Amino acid sequence: MVRRSASILSRLLANPSSPFTAPSRSITYMPRPGDGAPRIVTLIPGDGIGPLVTGAVEQVMEAMHAPVHFERYEVRGNMRKVPEEVIESVKRNKVCLKGGLATPVGGGVSSLNMQLRKELDIFASLVNCINVPGLVTRHENVDIVVIRENTEGEYSGLEHEVVPGVVESLKVITKFCSERIARYAFEYAYLNNRKKVTAVHKANIMKLADGLFLESCREVAKNYSGITYNEIIVDNCCMQLVAKPEQFDVMVTPNLYGNLIANTAAGIAGGTGVMPGGNVGAEHAIFEQGASAGNVGNDKIVEQKKANPVALLLSSAMMLRHLRFPTFADRLETAVKQVIQEGKCRTKDLGGDCTTQEVVDAVIAALE
Amino acid sequence: MSRRSLTLLKNLARNANGSGIQTRSVTYMPRPGDGAPRAVTLIPGDGIGPLVTNAVEQVMEAMHAPIFFEKYDVHGEMSRMPPEVMESIRKNKVCLKGGLKTPVGGGVSSLNVQLRKELDLFASLVNCFNLPGLPTRHENVDIVVIRENTEGEYAGLEHEVVPGVVESLKVITKFCSERIAKYAFEYAYLNNRKKVTAVHKANIMKLADGLFLESCREVAKKYPSITYNEIIVDNCCMQLVAKPEQFDVMVTPNLYGNLVANTAAGIAGGTGVMPGGNVGADHAVFEQGASAGNVGKDKIVLENKANPVALLLSSAMMLRHLQFPSFADRLETAVKKVIAEGKCRTKDLGGTSTTQQVVDAVIAKLD
Repeated sequence: MVRRSASILSRLLANPSSPFTAPSRSITYMPRPGDGAPRIVTLIPGDGIGPLVTGAVEQVMEAMHAPVHFERYEVRGNMRKVPEEVIESVKRNKVCLKGGLATPVGGGVSSLNMQLRKELDIFASLVNCINVPGLVTRHENVDIVVIRENTEGEYSGLEHEVVPGVVESLKVITKFCSERIARYAFEYAYLNNRKKVTAVHKANIMKLADGLFLESCREVAKNYSGITYNEIIVDNCCMQLVAKPEQFDVMVTPNLYGNLIANTAAGIAGGTGVMPGGNVGAEHAIFEQGASAGNVGNDKIVEQKKANPVALLLSSAMMLRHLRFPTFADRLETAVKQVIQEGKCRTKDLGGDCTTQEVVDAVIAALE
Repeated sequence: MSRRSLTLLKNLARNANGSGIQTRSVTYMPRPGDGAPRAVTLIPGDGIGPLVTNAVEQVMEAMHAPIFFEKYDVHGEMSRMPPEVMESIRKNKVCLKGGLKTPVGGGVSSLNVQLRKELDLFASLVNCFNLPGLPTRHENVDIVVIRENTEGEYAGLEHEVVPGVVESLKVITKFCSERIAKYAFEYAYLNNRKKVTAVHKANIMKLADGLFLESCREVAKKYPSITYNEIIVDNCCMQLVAKPEQFDVMVTPNLYGNLVANTAAGIAGGTGVMPGGNVGADHAVFEQGASAGNVGKDKIVLENKANPVALLLSSAMMLRHLQFPSFADRLETAVKKVIAEGKCRTKDLGGTSTTQQVVDAVIAKLD
């Protein structure tokens, strides 16, 4: 019996095809005539590791012959505002891919990341935090999607010094924005066959502000009887995230809590270097590294070219799916997951010591 | 060591139970408003048509898919499609139909063809592939037949020259040949297919099929990474039944496409399981892949033993066409699981279940 199970084992192991090598989509996507026409996407490399990882995406897109062209624009985090032609370009192309823009601390220069989201009214930010097979973490069975309101809340940017030494910062919550983010979260759950939506709040303290957010979520929840809805206070939520993350499915949050929850969830599932994400509004969408878009790495990583391109590669796969090119998205994701699972080519944040270019070459080699 | 290898084996076996089920981890990020329900025109049709379209309606409800159907009764002996049906399809842009039976002879033109011509659905697509769990005499079949839908031998231009002599016109135009070739190559590009084969009989019909081939060759030049070759239709039929794995995407004029699609469907498991659709620049009609005019015998209708799988898989294609990919994935996974298990099969697949039993099994397998 030992010998028999050993031989079966060796045969099974000889086909190391796990569920991800080449998902054969037998029922193919029947395109409309003209669906193969190439799309133009605005590309903003950004600061720090930004140009490295966006360069990685450009290489992989070319290797796949994806029907996507990039219009590149140089934007730096210390500019006062996003240049006009960049906004024009995003409005025209409707889709943008960007690396990070570093926001200087203090100093009165407002974040360009925020400015872009407000001007284009990109009100929902979505981060999918999920265990990647082959990447061992302390937490298993993590599959959380954090949907975060992107335009108001604590990030309204309305601060003033009442008297010298006393500063007030306004947190603004409106019914309009809360309702639309709740609606988006439930619609997302419905369209992606998710079973549960959790609203994260601190309404015991901020009774009116977060109370309004909760009210909007409850109203929308009534229209989706097939989806479970519950609420959790944000401090308990952070603790539950690190203790029992498998209880969470889709989480809808206001602006600040969403930032923290997304980073925590990304961290437990493998790090912000691998989680994909995007920002979407009624008309435009911006894809960037899932959590921590303002984190552009330190100089050492830039010099040694050891930034992790996986997050932006998976976000560009989301972008391909958003642009209705599902096969290209599937191929890209399969290749990236294969590379991670094999474990031979990993950057420093995942415990290896490869450079960005080596990971890109491995992904291109894994493309079918 | 035996205990360890046993547990390892168990874990691997559990994970290796793919059977076509893929977990899409990086999710589809919808635009706000993408969940809004869509209206779809539904034409049950004749014979087994109402049985199988009803199967689709039940499954869509069980999934809470964001679709609602506008049902219209059309029968094959009507002289033409009722105008309100055409209005409805023009408004909804998408239609799902069972078969419409075309009477033999008699001068009544086929309503299936009339629908395609009026809405200019110039491409018909049938995906013929082996389903896991359904053994057939041929393996490794994965062929997509793209057939020009509006001209060719089906132009419907016939006349009796003198009593006892009839001429039937086959019309091939550059315009239609070019657009079907463009669609076939675009399809191959978007679905990562490696080869496109043009099927023809240009050694005999040198001008007509020659024009078709010329158009295919021109379009092929724009897609250097896709292999293009040509095959004469009689040799093609033989190769299909001898070595079907050599074919990938096939682009054909109207009549050859009909025959090749039915042959390919037959070798891969039968016309009862192959999905397909017809698409034009503005509209799409989904129906059973091959043999849409075959509405089954009366006995199948009486005993309710029609195979709903083909129309269920076509409605999954429809869901994907309407940009509801998760619902499409769930439906396909459930249907494939039911087939792979093999407990619930209709007569054409070798079992004895009724349509309703298959539908219940699919609904039970939905997640």
